[in-house]
Amino acid sequence: MPIYNKQIMQHFTNPKFFGKINNPDVIGKAGNPRCGDLLTLYLKIDEKSRRIKGIKFETLGCASAIASSDMICKLAKGKTLEQALKIDFQDVSDELGTLPPLKIHCAQLVTEALSDAINKYK
Amino acid sequence: MSKSRIYLDYAATTPLDAGVLKKMMPYLTDKYGNPSSIHKFGQEGSSAIDEARKKVARFLNCKPMEIVFTGSASESDNLAIRGLIKALKHKKQAGERIHIITSKIEHKAVLETCRDLEKEGIRITYLPVGPDGLINLDDLRAEITPETDLVSIMYANNEIGSVQSIKKIGKIISEINKNEEHPTYFHVDAVQAANWLDCRVDDLKVDLLTLSAHKIYGPKGVGILYIKEGTPIASLITGGSHEWKLRAGTENVAGIVGIGEVIAKIRNTKAEIRKMEILRNKLVDGVLENVQGSKVNGSKRPEERLPNIVNFSFLGVEGESLVIALNEEGIAVSTGSACTSTSLMPSHVLIAMGLPELDAHSSLRVSMGRYTTVKEIDYFIKILPRVVEKLRKISGR
Repeated sequence: MPIYNKQIMQHFTNPKFFGKINNPDVIGKAGNPRCGDLLTLYLKIDEKSRRIKGIKFETLGCASAIASSDMICKLAKGKTLEQALKIDFQDVSDELGTLPPLKIHCAQLVTEALSDAINKYK
Repeated sequence: MSKSRIYLDYAATTPLDAGVLKKMMPYLTDKYGNPSSIHKFGQEGSSAIDEARKKVARFLNCKPMEIVFTGSASESDNLAIRGLIKALKHKKQAGERIHIITSKIEHKAVLETCRDLEKEGIRITYLPVGPDGLINLDDLRAEITPETDLVSIMYANNEIGSVQSIKKIGKIISEINKNEEHPTYFHVDAVQAANWLDCRVDDLKVDLLTLSAHKIYGPKGVGILYIKEGTPIASLITGGSHEWKLRAGTENVAGIVGIGEVIAKIRNTKAEIRKMEILRNKLVDGVLENVQGSKVNGSKRPEERLPNIVNFSFLGVEGESLVIALNEEGIAVSTGSACTSTSLMPSHVLIAMGLPELDAHSSLRVSMGRYTTVKEIDYFIKILPRVVEKLRKISGR
């Protein structure tokens, strides 16, 4: 069992961005039942500025998948779609004080979900 | 209470019995001789090993010379399977095939060993199990052919606690062997069973049986392999003539003393089992009543399950996150899901039982033991619903 660091534990035990957004402008999804992680991102986007003004997640997954979901929301909020697309899994991992090697796919998963949402919106 | 730690992971390992540690201590201090040395120092060690071997033999109802001490149950499983196959290969004629039958829910020490042998061209049959986690004896009977060399079936499963009818399997194999010139050998991994079930090898009609010290309140780093007299077996670790030339290496004297002491203390009586069953029923009833969308995996029949292991699934929650969240509350349990291992795949046991992948990922193993109290179970039942609810809010399920 990987021992998670403080940042990961904080975002896992006290996530700030979990839940649904009613009438989201777009929804992004990633994951599959096989690996056990399923995640959905709900986005509100300001049409004019093309900025992400609201973002929330629902994640069925391990502690680091939940922490990564919370982190991607934190990183994406307020960014333009173009800026948000540039967030890569390494940024998510770094902001969490590095995910354990076995859990790096969690960071990839959340960036996938964000790209999925943005590409759909475009 | 909330500050204390609650251990509900006895299937992973058990605490070392304090009395046993005391008996081990001299062999970690004053009596440090090498058992192979012929002076007094050495003799102290070798006679301690002899004593331990006798105690193990008494528990298994076999001869002391049929006991080999190893470094772990995984090593014992490897010696049983690879050692037998290695010895048989020497005997076989060119072109004669080797065939092993095992089940899909074995411990990795057996499963991965078989997969490895498969790469060498050995035919392996992996028997399926039902939703109860049990193999079908007719399936087994149908798979045994004249070329079958070994059947390896675990006594009690470490993830779900399902208990196979080892006695019936032993009988089936010995009856088939009566009409065969080349026998099928029978290996049983009894690691999880030892605290609760009859392990007398003559009763079970087994040829090879694996035990571990640290699952029965003994030290880590010691395993046992029972090898019935006359069973072909070749050493995997060559060197000196330790352990009847089947396992070279200076003996772990203190550990061996420990396993001898601890095995002599096992009281797998009906009363002990009943006591654990009462605790288990309290746990199961409390969880099912207080957590919506929860279920128990595996057989519900008392004779088909260990009294101390329960495997739950909680819909809408992933097992690893539940383990981590409960750990924050001071509760130590484990997941049936292999999420944290290198594979990220759901538990092979639960998948073999036919559970959908998401259910398998949502599993939690609670295993109790000698020091588990009603108070601890009450605390677990009190904390669990809140933790599950919170994770369900996060998952939106």
